Amino acid sequence: MSTNPKLSLGPILFYWPKEEIYQFYEQAAEMPVDIIYLGETVCSKRRSLKTQDWIDIAVKLSEQSDKQIVFSTLALLEAESELKTLRRICENGRFTVEANDIGAVQILHQRKLPFVTGPSINIYNAETLKHLAAKGLTRWVMPLELGRETLQLMQQQRPEGVETEVFCHGRMPLTLSARCFTARSHNLPKDDCQYKCIEYPEGRLLSTQDGEALLAINGIQTVSAKSCNLLPELAELKRLEVDVLRISPQYRHTEKIVTAYSQALAGDQPEDLQPYIPLGSCDGYWHGNSGNL
Amino acid sequence: MELVCPAGNLPSLKAAVDNGADAVYFGLQNDTNARHFPGLNFNLKRAREGISYAKSRGKRIFMAINTYPRPEGWQRWCEAVDSAASLGVDALICADIGILGYAHSNHPDLNLHLSVQASSTNYEALAFYADSFGIKRAVLPRVLSLSQVKQVIENSQVEIEIFGFGSLCVMVEGRCILSSYVTGESPNTHGACSPAQFVEYRETSEGLESRLNGILTDRYGQDEQAGYPTICKGRFAVGDNTYYAIEEPTSLNTLELLPQLYESGVRAIKIEGRQRAPAYIAQVTKIWRAAIDACQRDPQNYQPESAWQSALDQVSEGNSTTLGPYYRPWQ
Repeated sequence: MSTNPKLSLGPILFYWPKEEIYQFYEQAAEMPVDIIYLGETVCSKRRSLKTQDWIDIAVKLSEQSDKQIVFSTLALLEAESELKTLRRICENGRFTVEANDIGAVQILHQRKLPFVTGPSINIYNAETLKHLAAKGLTRWVMPLELGRETLQLMQQQRPEGVETEVFCHGRMPLTLSARCFTARSHNLPKDDCQYKCIEYPEGRLLSTQDGEALLAINGIQTVSAKSCNLLPELAELKRLEVDVLRISPQYRHTEKIVTAYSQALAGDQPEDLQPYIPLGSCDGYWHGNSGNL
Repeated sequence: MELVCPAGNLPSLKAAVDNGADAVYFGLQNDTNARHFPGLNFNLKRAREGISYAKSRGKRIFMAINTYPRPEGWQRWCEAVDSAASLGVDALICADIGILGYAHSNHPDLNLHLSVQASSTNYEALAFYADSFGIKRAVLPRVLSLSQVKQVIENSQVEIEIFGFGSLCVMVEGRCILSSYVTGESPNTHGACSPAQFVEYRETSEGLESRLNGILTDRYGQDEQAGYPTICKGRFAVGDNTYYAIEEPTSLNTLELLPQLYESGVRAIKIEGRQRAPAYIAQVTKIWRAAIDACQRDPQNYQPESAWQSALDQVSEGNSTTLGPYYRPWQ
């Protein structure tokens, strides 16, 4: 049996100016996606939007469209102030929350709220999935380094009522640290980072000494230089009954990518994505290889 | 404050016990633990010998099953948990939620510690593991400042263990897949970061090069010592500069913070390095034993001896050490 998956727009991983974020979500309201994740997931110092601003965008989007809006939360929780913001998001009373740290799972479970887990929650086997389902998990995003073979086994044992989402498109988040690599690249301490991330709306490129584009540094996160692209794997994603395909926003042309996936799902020939993936694409993890292949 | 030392084999375990460790941790010879290196770790026979050696001298012994089983390997991890229970270890150090659940249901009397690989940096996350599996202790990732560590301790029911010395992961442990991005194998899935079979050193006209699965991680000048090619400690080009873009090859050393750690209520100090030789384990354990004893005797007047610091520097990666995340400016 093959079902048609839904499309989702992941949270913006990078630091964009306020006006650009607003513009992006105005466009997103018109994009052929079923689910929109939003909120800051990388660095609590990024405050071009305050928590209330994000909530306002979510409210507006849900009034403008019939898309499901999910609030994404910070992946690395260190300070009490970050836990405070997290609690406020969890208690928003309206939108489902994507937990990106087990701390968020705990808060949501205690409040008996259903939740989604993002790719930084380590769900590597069906027993973990079952445990979290018992705590209120309704959808999980497969960790990035897992591939289709693992997914097939996970799907066979998936608990009832739990949807599976796969990160299909975009620069892949690979690490988190206490250190800020963008500040470091400007010889600035993290405490005085001068919000340099805003100069790199798709991360700052890191290349090997022989000129190979390897990573992009994005504050305390590093992402792949290449973009994951599973569009050619659509038939397999459908065969494995994946419920949601995630497209991670990029600074420009996100709508082109969403449209291509939407065309392919409708059985049409999708537009060629290569012009929108300047540093090349990869799908190694999906095939059980190195992620950069 | 307990001193918890690593053992990659029986001679190291004995060296740790003989030189003052309060507890020793080890893993089995497979991918169920995060130091799955060739020629390292314990089979069941050696584990029994080691446990009996430690216990007969009044020391505790912990076993690490701290990688993430995928469905295809699930059974192997369960067998490792069963082995730990039958060996009678004092605690099992785990990261995976599924495995913690298995251990908690099948061996309710087995003490569970949360591994650093579980990436838990806040007390809400620790409460999740305490409520779900009754964990007794958690090892914190090497990303928190001293005041953040304190905050976790004040709000948590479980004992807190932190890393005191050894190789330094700059990333949140359990959430770094740089290794698999380049090699297909990561600590989470295969129990090793940058596995040795992918490492290559090449002499070229531009100097000695280190590569990881073909990816150039660094080039070394004539006077430079070549490092191990993990991506996080390589030199890369960012903008117009080529430098250690993520982290210098350096080790963590918190010897001078001991009184503050002690007063914060840190319950145990962990020494990294199951991959290191018995002589290293002996030397490092001995220094930390002396330091912890001195600190506990008189925390106000504690000063690390310079001989301790220089001895530790000499055996450290890059021959240098840092206070790491505990020291705010490092962040």
